[in-house]
Amino acid sequence: MLALSWSSLFEPGFFSSEPVQVALVVGAITAVVSGIVGVFTVIRGQSFAGHALSDIGTAGGSAAFLVGASTIYGFVAFNVVAAGVMELIGIRKPRGRDLATGIVLGASLGLAALFLYEDTISSSTTGATVNVLFGSIFTLPPGITTVMAVLGATSVALIALVYRPLLLSSVSYELAAARRVPVRLVGGSYLLALALAVSMSAVTIGAILSTALLIGPAAIALRLATRTGVAIAVAAAVAVFACWVGTLIAYDSTVWAGGNGWPVSFCIVAVIFVLYFASGVVARFRGDRRQATTSDQRLAAELVEVA
Amino acid sequence: MFASFMVNAWEAATIVAVVAGVVGFFTVLRGAAFAAHSLPNGAFAGAAGAFLIGVNTIVGLGVFSLAGAGMIAGLGRRARSDVATALTIVLMLALGDLFLSRTSEYAPEIFSLLFGEVLGVSASKLAPTAVLAVVCIVAVIVLYRPLMLSSVAPDVADARGINTRAMDLAFLVVLALVTTMAVPVVGSLLIFSLLIGPPAAARSFTNRPPVAMGLSVVFALVTVWVAIAVSYETNLPIGFFVGALSAFAYTVGRAWAAWQQRRGRRHHSRDESVADLTERTTANAGAR
Repeated sequence: MLALSWSSLFEPGFFSSEPVQVALVVGAITAVVSGIVGVFTVIRGQSFAGHALSDIGTAGGSAAFLVGASTIYGFVAFNVVAAGVMELIGIRKPRGRDLATGIVLGASLGLAALFLYEDTISSSTTGATVNVLFGSIFTLPPGITTVMAVLGATSVALIALVYRPLLLSSVSYELAAARRVPVRLVGGSYLLALALAVSMSAVTIGAILSTALLIGPAAIALRLATRTGVAIAVAAAVAVFACWVGTLIAYDSTVWAGGNGWPVSFCIVAVIFVLYFASGVVARFRGDRRQATTSDQRLAAELVEVA
Repeated sequence: MFASFMVNAWEAATIVAVVAGVVGFFTVLRGAAFAAHSLPNGAFAGAAGAFLIGVNTIVGLGVFSLAGAGMIAGLGRRARSDVATALTIVLMLALGDLFLSRTSEYAPEIFSLLFGEVLGVSASKLAPTAVLAVVCIVAVIVLYRPLMLSSVAPDVADARGINTRAMDLAFLVVLALVTTMAVPVVGSLLIFSLLIGPPAAARSFTNRPPVAMGLSVVFALVTVWVAIAVSYETNLPIGFFVGALSAFAYTVGRAWAAWQQRRGRRHHSRDESVADLTERTTANAGAR
């Protein structure tokens, strides 16, 4: 009986297939890093920058493709420069931030159009476009895991290095500035961490999942957890869970859908949405309306402790 | 460049630029750049879905961008608007990926939806674009005052009995219409650049809303016209030139504003210019 349900849950070959194993490992690394960085992205209200960087990297990826370099280096180089320009234009004030991200994104997409066009001419294929835009967790080159681990570790280390001042300046820029926190340096470090995290996720699992894993788990965690430290742990766990369950569903769906399975991106996003709505129900069930609506008041309370 | 097969391209680009200049002014004013990126970018899912069930592309685009607008507004009640927008675009893109995986025939079309095919616009695509453009402009004219007030001074708007949530949704619906209008002819990348770059540049030159809106339309028109001409001559994609010119216009605008501030003619920062705008708008509303 147990064996029967076990085998119906995991279609044959799930654990022995090498692409699946690589997908699970790479997915987990990306999910953990995205979950950690994402909590600050949501608190700081920089979801747009987080998503934009995954598109901006496309320009770098297609440029790298053009000169025959590895896509990931193009992504990283472009995203680090883009993050710098966003910081320079002024990403602090909500509307200035919105605009800064928009201008950089518009210009980068223009460059992406140029490079992808050149790619298409030089290699006479539109495969490059779709590949760079969507990525696929099941078709990763073997050496990618090391590069990703290094990028992910650097990103998380940057966050850890500036954790307290980052939290303080994320919740109240004015208070942080008054307490002589080097707010621009801290904000710049955070953007660099975001650029690295997004580069690594966008290039491996695609732009869709990059944003999904950055914002979804963090938004879920901030609805459930009462402290930022706990929220970070919950976000990382939720991201890994969504990633693995989504990959499993995608793998199994090959059998249900008669050979043409559902895309991994859709399955993972579906899991994240189910969890997002569930977290809303849980938060409301607890009777804590405050958390269900916004995390701002909770952060204000925590701010007193941090300060 | 002005050959008969190019006439459609010039007309389509001109219509799109006028609408983008007008609607873009409010996009920049409301800080809605993320929504202006998400709706056009995610709407391809609707096109792919329409292809699957054999419906006209524009219907799919319309249904999906309107649903996206509703979802951003709906999720925005319980979460920050940027988080709501991020979740919405992720779901739209994921559905698009799902629809694409159901057929192998549609994938090449994605390139044209993203980057546009303005040089190949057919007359049959031009008609719905023109009709939707008129609808967008009329909607902005009708909503002008409450939209302006709720954009620059939500508190004042509230006090005057304007439902700011309804205005949020109304503006997103206008963005969805712009998406449906523009994506089939110029692509999602181009409409996004036009919604942000020219209006942002225009705002650096003046604080008076009607002047800024007019200037924004002029900048958008110059941007697309120059982009088409240069693209025709160099044979490179239009999207590149529109993106580059938009960023250039914004940079010039910022430099101009900084120079003016230095000369001390206008003693206000960007924050104060918003306050100034609020004052004008509320004064106007009071005068009525």
